[in-house]
Formats: sequence, structure tokens, C-alpha cells
Amino acid sequence: MTYWRVPFDANDIEISKGIVYILDDRCKGCGYCIEYCPKHMLQFSKKFNKKGYHPPVAKNPDDCVNCHYCEIICPEFAIYSAEAEEDK
Amino acid sequence: MKQAVLTGAHYLTGDEACAEGALAAGCRFFGGYPITPATEVAERISERLPEVGGTFIQMEDEIAAMASILGASCAGVKSMTATSGPGFSLMMENIGLGIVTETPCVVVNVQRAGPSTGLPTMGAQADMMQAKWGSHGDYEIIALAPSSPQEIFYQTITAFNLSETYRLPVLIMTDEIVGHMSEKVVIPDAKEIKTVSRITPKGKKDNFKPFKPGPNGIAPMPAAGDGYKVHFTGLTHDEKGYPVMTVEAQAMMMAQLMNKIRNNLDKIIMTERYRLDDAEIAIISYGVSSRTSLAAVDEARQMGIRAGLLRLITVWPFPDDQIRRLANQVKGFITVEINLGQIHYEVQRCAGYRVPAYLVGHPGGTIISPDEVIKVLKEAF
Amino acid sequence: MPEPSKKISKSPVHPLDDLLRTDRIPHIWCSGCGTGTAFSSCLTAIKASGLELDNVVMISGIGCSGRAAGYVKLDSYHTTHGRAIPFATGMKLANPKLNVIVFSGDGDLFAIGGNHFIHAARRNVDLTVICVNNLNYGMTGGQVAATTPFQAKTSTTTTGNPEAPFNLPLLAYASGATYIARWTILHTRDLTNSIIEALNKKGFSFIEVLSPCPVNYGRRNKEKSLDTLKLYQEKGIIKNNANPADTDIDFEKGIILGKFIDIERATCIENYDKTCRLV
Repeated sequence: MTYWRVPFDANDIEISKGIVYILDDRCKGCGYCIEYCPKHMLQFSKKFNKKGYHPPVAKNPDDCVNCHYCEIICPEFAIYSAEAEEDK
Repeated sequence: MKQAVLTGAHYLTGDEACAEGALAAGCRFFGGYPITPATEVAERISERLPEVGGTFIQMEDEIAAMASILGASCAGVKSMTATSGPGFSLMMENIGLGIVTETPCVVVNVQRAGPSTGLPTMGAQADMMQAKWGSHGDYEIIALAPSSPQEIFYQTITAFNLSETYRLPVLIMTDEIVGHMSEKVVIPDAKEIKTVSRITPKGKKDNFKPFKPGPNGIAPMPAAGDGYKVHFTGLTHDEKGYPVMTVEAQAMMMAQLMNKIRNNLDKIIMTERYRLDDAEIAIISYGVSSRTSLAAVDEARQMGIRAGLLRLITVWPFPDDQIRRLANQVKGFITVEINLGQIHYEVQRCAGYRVPAYLVGHPGGTIISPDEVIKVLKEAF
Repeated sequence: MPEPSKKISKSPVHPLDDLLRTDRIPHIWCSGCGTGTAFSSCLTAIKASGLELDNVVMISGIGCSGRAAGYVKLDSYHTTHGRAIPFATGMKLANPKLNVIVFSGDGDLFAIGGNHFIHAARRNVDLTVICVNNLNYGMTGGQVAATTPFQAKTSTTTTGNPEAPFNLPLLAYASGATYIARWTILHTRDLTNSIIEALNKKGFSFIEVLSPCPVNYGRRNKEKSLDTLKLYQEKGIIKNNANPADTDIDFEKGIILGKFIDIERATCIENYDKTCRLV
């Protein structure tokens, strides 16, 4: 998915930051989260899980904006995002 | 709200008495579909249920009717449906679901002559084997066979009590003749009627096992909404209700389904003995044909033939032991039933061919006359 | 190249785990199957609906989607093929306090169970029926269904389906459903919102969810699971309040999605109480 335009107030908007959690052994490697992550921050890992699939891995973990789309498109309950804690 | 138990003497058909028996037993949901000669059960109870806080629904077919009573029972409400041959055939798959999910309910079959559409307005007793084996797979079932409107009233209560005790569908196998005959039916005081309700669980709700037998061999059953978060499935399952596709799980589940009946035969099986103590010929019969047989026994006795009657009130589980014991006493058996040999073969099996077993059967459509029994009695013995 | 690092806590707990029978996860659905997404959306909606969870019941029939009832940590009943709706009808009428969801597939609800669907809609039984429509019988290996598009290939129509499929929203509308929506598993947020609305609505609600079946339908019709999702993205036209007569599924001209019907009509129980409880 790509964006069409930059919002006028883009500089004022505070973009949320998230952490993506992956439950490797639930994954069946459909790739939906990788394909539809708006930040393109996921990719297939090289490792195999218990069922022999390659679960996703965050290639740019800091890019996560906690939109939850990976979480809601995942048919396997294998990935979710949560708000990143503020740096102290 | 009106009374659920209509205490007093009434003049009722068998079908109407069945509806009243259900209400007296605590039935508060009926899912039905019209079919001759069972329609009057639905008609009566459709009027009566809303009066006592229950619900009647006429479903779109018998499959739906059977499914609806299982759903209602899983919500904790005593439920019933009534039908005849063609509808009974349609209910079979969901009767199996009731068996495997151990869901109490009562199914009334007012039998008419078949196969197929057969003689819709005329009686028969030819669904007896379907009652035992009609749904696919192996199972034990309870089936009762009332022989009069008064008895239908009481047996409907018994059917509910058995279904609630043993957590399974219980069948009432009556017939068009008893269903449509009008006789005096005395309904006792509500407090004289013993009703049984399923045991519900108490205590911890987490990780509850809805198929784990309690001390009496039967698992307590919570209703939907009780907070136990149960899972019921038609698949082979473990005590938790989870599907388990293994030979071992199948063996365990089947043992539970069979043993809860087989270990309680003494409590489930009801028969009535008439002039059997010194009998040389034992007549085995049930339902309307037992009335024929009663007359035949008296007539035979007058003729000097020592005949007696074992009337099966419970047809399934079959009273194997009683027939076996009789086989040591009598010279032979005669089974009287309106079909061309169903319970007859069960009698033959239990008699073990030690003594001859004869059938006085009928292709269906009318009752058997006592003369036909006497004729076979005289020819055979 | 080393594996990129990932931030992961010791044992992450999925936000829906409290509604899942986690001891049964991973579920049986194939890789790329959309049933899990539709199911996940349903669980999110249940949580967001504000309903008392003890009173929420899920009932399903037979087939891939029929297995959903076995994964939800609620009172759940996995019934016989096609009979989830009459089972649910009995349960709802016996205890009107329960909020009853029927979660099942297109074969279960519209072929073997079609009669029950139209009658429950006609009676306006207060149920939420969610149909995962994968255009074929997945569990048995991909046979033609009442929803398979004309000319599509299945294991029993290897040269193409000679029959026309049902238009499910139209069928539901003609039968009397009071809430009708259709989404795909790609439109997950809309789907979740529709399920929340349906759960909180009195009367018969019907939500169709288009969902890929890559292993059976997809394989025979040259669609990988991501191709199916792209088809949903490219051919999906969101048109709320569309006339159900226009919602037949035609991937050439586009598939209409949205909330089509949201009307009020007395429920089965309300009418029964008014008409039959005269005392």
C-alpha cells in the first residue's frame, strides 16, 4: 500500500510508536502481515518454526506505528502490536 | 399464569395426554413440525406452553425441530418434540448429536405404517428398530412404549426424568392407535409428581469438564450462560469436550455413552408381568399390542392354556435378562407387534433358540385381534 | 547477512488470548485461509461490544468455519451440518438473555442449511449470523458450492461450474433479515465494526465475509492467497446502502461491499410474547 499525498499538517502530527510482537510457533507463513504492513517493516525470517514455516521478523522495528493491521489481518493470532513505552 | 399440572380427571387422547405429561414434567420448550398422527401433541402444547411461561415454535421441518430442542436443552430448559415415521427419519442425525453431546430431551414418535409416507392416519409399531439403530454409529438409547393415554401421561414424565438423569434423548414410541384414542386420564396433584432435573455443576468454573462423569457416572451439565464456557461438539471428544481424533478417545467416549446405560439397566428397565408366574407360554408385547395380548392371555387361560404376558414398558434397553430367565421356564414365546418382525428377533436372540419363539405380526394399519394370537398359540403349542 | 533483530518480550500474550482456547491453537485452518481473520475480527467485536461475556454463545455447523466454535472461550456448540441456525433458534428462544452468534460457512448455511437460514430471517430471530464465504466446500477438498461463481473450477466441476451462485445479501433481504453487510477479510476494520453493530442490534443480522481458500478454490482457479486479497482490494467497491439486488458476486465488474440493510422490525420473541402470551 502506498500513500497518495503528504498531509498539510504532517509536521504537527505526533506519530504513534509501536512494538510488534510475533508468536513464531502460531505462524503459518501466509505473508499477509508482510504484504499489508503500511510501513513495510516486516519480512520472512530465515528460521523455521515448529510447523516448518518461516515466521515474519521485523526488519526495521523502529518503524512500527502501532496501527495493529498485522494483528487484525493475521488469521493465526500470531502477531500483534502494542504501544511503545516512552523513552526515559 | 395458568397451572402446568391440570390436576383432576380428564377425557383426553393419547397425544393430548402426552402434552400434559410433558408440562407436568417441567417441559418448557417444544419445537415441532406438523405430521399425522402426532400433530395433536403440538397443537395442545402450543396453546399450553405460553400459559405456563414456556415457548412453542413450529419449525420449518423436523430436522430443525430436533435441532431446536437440543439448543433449548443446552440453554437449560427441558425440551420435547413429537413426530411420526417420516419426521422421525429426518430427526435421526440430530438425535445422534443429542447422544454424543449427552443432551437431555424427549422425542415422541406416534408411529404410523410405513415405509415412506405409508398409511399416515393408521397405526403401526414398525419404527422400533429405527428407535434403536436409526442414527449412525453405535449407541445406547432409552425408548418407552405406552399403551394408553393414562400411561402416556406418566411415561412422558418418566421419559423426562430418565433423560435428565442419564443425559440423553429419550424416545417415547407410541402409535397412532394410542395417540388418537380417548380415555380417562387422571392427573394427580402437582406435589405427587416426581420430577428430576439434570445435575448442574457447582464450584470452580475454570477449565470445567462437561463430559467428566460425576460419582453417579453422569457428568453434571451447565447451561449456556452459566459461565462455565463449555464446548459441545458432535466430533469425538474428551471430557473437556475438545475434539480428539484418536482411537483411544473414541474408545473412552463410547465407553461412557454405553456404560451410563448398561450399568443402570435395573433402574431403567420397566416391565409389567401378567399371569406369568406359572405360565408355559410367554407372550411378549408392548404399546397398543399389549392390550391385544392381555385379552389373548385371559382367553387362553379360559381354554386351559397357561399363557402369561410380559409387557415391555421400556423397550430399549431391551430386558435381555428377563427374557433369558423366562426361557428357562416356558415352552415358548410369542411376540405380538404391528410389524413383520422386529422385537420378535430380540426375543429370539435372548431365548437362545432353547425354546421356540413365534411372531404374531401385522403389516400395519390396524391393531392385531386377540383371535390371531390364540390361533398361533393353538397351532404352535 | 545476520537476521535483523526484533523486539520481543519473554512470552508475548496476544490481545485476544483471553477469548481463545489457547490450548487448541494453532487452529486447523490452512496457511492463507481467511477464516482465522474473520474469526479474529469476530472476537475483537465481541470484546468491543460491551456484552456480558457469560451470555455470549457461539454456535457453528460443519465445515472449516464450523470449527470456530471449538476455539472460542465462550459457551460454544459445534452442531451438525447445516443445523447451527435451528439449534441457535432453540437456544435463543429458551433463554432470551443469551446473545447468540452463528459462525459458519457458505456451504453449511446456504446449501444444506438454506431452509433454516430463510426461516430464521423470516421470523426475525435475534441472532448474529456470520458467514465465511470461501466460494467452495473447503473441508472436503474443494467441491462446488451454492456460492461458487459461474464457470469457476472445483473438484466436482473440473471444466467449470455450470450453475449460477446465490446472491447472499439479496437472499437475506428477501427473507426478512434486519441487518445485512458484506466485507472481505481485507476490510477487517469495517468487518469488526459491522459485527459490533450486529451484536448490539435486535433481530436477525447477517454478515457475509469473503475469504480466500487458497488450498482448494485458489489452487484450481489460479489464485494464490495474496492474489485473492489483491482481487478484494482492486475489485471491492464500498457502497453502503446498496440495493441487495445489485450485490451479486462478479469479479469482472466488481464486488459490492458495505452495510446494505439496517432496519427495525419486531423480533420473533417480541411477537410471540405479544401474540401468544395472552394470560
